[in-house]
Amino acid sequence: MLTFVSTAFLFLFLNRNNPNMEKGFEEIFQDKIDKEIRIEPKDWMPEKYRQTLIRQISQHAHSEIVGMLPEGNWITRAPNLRRKAILLAKVQDEAGHGLYLYSAAETLGITRDEMYAQLHSGKAKYSSIFNYPTLSWADIGAIGWLVDGAAIMNQVPLCRNSFGPYARAMVRVCKEESFHQRQGFEILLTLSKGTAAQKRMAQDAIDRWWWPSVMMFGPKDDESPNTIQSMKWKIKRFTNDELRQKFIDVCAEQIKVLGLVIPDKDLKWNEATGHYNFGEINWDEFWQVVQGNGPCNKERLETRKKAWEEGAWVREAASAYAEKRKQKQSLHAA
Amino acid sequence: MSTEIKNEWPLWEIFIRSKQGLDHKHVGSLHATDAQMAIENARDVYTRRMEGVSIWVVESKFIHASNPSDAASLYDPANDKAYRHPTFYDLPDEVKNM
Ligand SMILES: [Fe+2]
Ligand SMILES: [Fe+2]
Repeated sequence: MLTFVSTAFLFLFLNRNNPNMEKGFEEIFQDKIDKEIRIEPKDWMPEKYRQTLIRQISQHAHSEIVGMLPEGNWITRAPNLRRKAILLAKVQDEAGHGLYLYSAAETLGITRDEMYAQLHSGKAKYSSIFNYPTLSWADIGAIGWLVDGAAIMNQVPLCRNSFGPYARAMVRVCKEESFHQRQGFEILLTLSKGTAAQKRMAQDAIDRWWWPSVMMFGPKDDESPNTIQSMKWKIKRFTNDELRQKFIDVCAEQIKVLGLVIPDKDLKWNEATGHYNFGEINWDEFWQVVQGNGPCNKERLETRKKAWEEGAWVREAASAYAEKRKQKQSLHAA
Repeated sequence: MSTEIKNEWPLWEIFIRSKQGLDHKHVGSLHATDAQMAIENARDVYTRRMEGVSIWVVESKFIHASNPSDAASLYDPANDKAYRHPTFYDLPDEVKNM
């Protein structure tokens, strides 16, 4: 029983390679997005939407996975058992975030192995922030407060993005993310109330992590050509500069509780705009790190590749074991 | 590259019962060599905060789904049967407890 509507769909479907018909699909698609109806994996979508999402989600997944490395560096050296258990739980959460996101990307037709290959070959990027080193315990505090803080700013609006599996993964991620930022702030707060040396250590970490965190929101709006399309497709809800400003406004207040300073002499409340003014960002540094010349780019990628290569025998053994068990079972059943 | 893809562990869909008495609900998917491993991985990935009391895993290839572009014709028969809902019936206010 074909109604008029589904006949129209069928007609469009059969003519999907006809450029005029493509337009009909695209209109229906955009109409759904405008009405806040989520797009699901089997729904028709423009190829560019699919590719943009694959790139965005897989980069996001890679960031969660590579992001475990700088913090993993301090698990064995956490100052006490409480901090060690917390850091372990946080790093394990990041692994989970990577997995939720890889699964979401897979619904778009890319395989997990293809995504890993793109990461390992350097074709796919991950957030540049993880190419900075963690030199002291206070860095773990600064990462939680600033890096997870910036990530949350980015991620909360993504819970309402137009692609169903991505939005659902982000809801899960955001729920888990809030303890990450709080534990980081707590580390810094404890250090800020400690000895002069501990206070200096906290300030030093903030000095090193502040600007890279501000850069996490990406290039300025006028140098971010894909923003308009991404906002129209609702896979981005705010521009880079909007999110960056929000982050700076929040941190400029929170730093007061720590009794420390943000390393920006131009940071100043602006009564007229209702926001904080801030200093010039070193975009040259940003692009250098994106292009692979940050302090740890090489080390991070090599660590990932090594883990993948040295894990190969485990993956093969697990497959062989499962195969053997299956055969045994079918033998018993016969 | 192609051998890598062939070696990829199968994909499983994960369903979690969050509390005794509630339905199992789809939460996402993961890769595992067999059902046992899928359940163990699901425990780690989806229940780190006591989100579940029971886990179902189904290999994704066994899930059959309706086609979204069929939606109009598939659900059309239910469209004009308002009499299936209690609000369809107009009863005087004096009738209580119904
Ligand atoms: Fe995360
Ligand atoms: Fe996090």
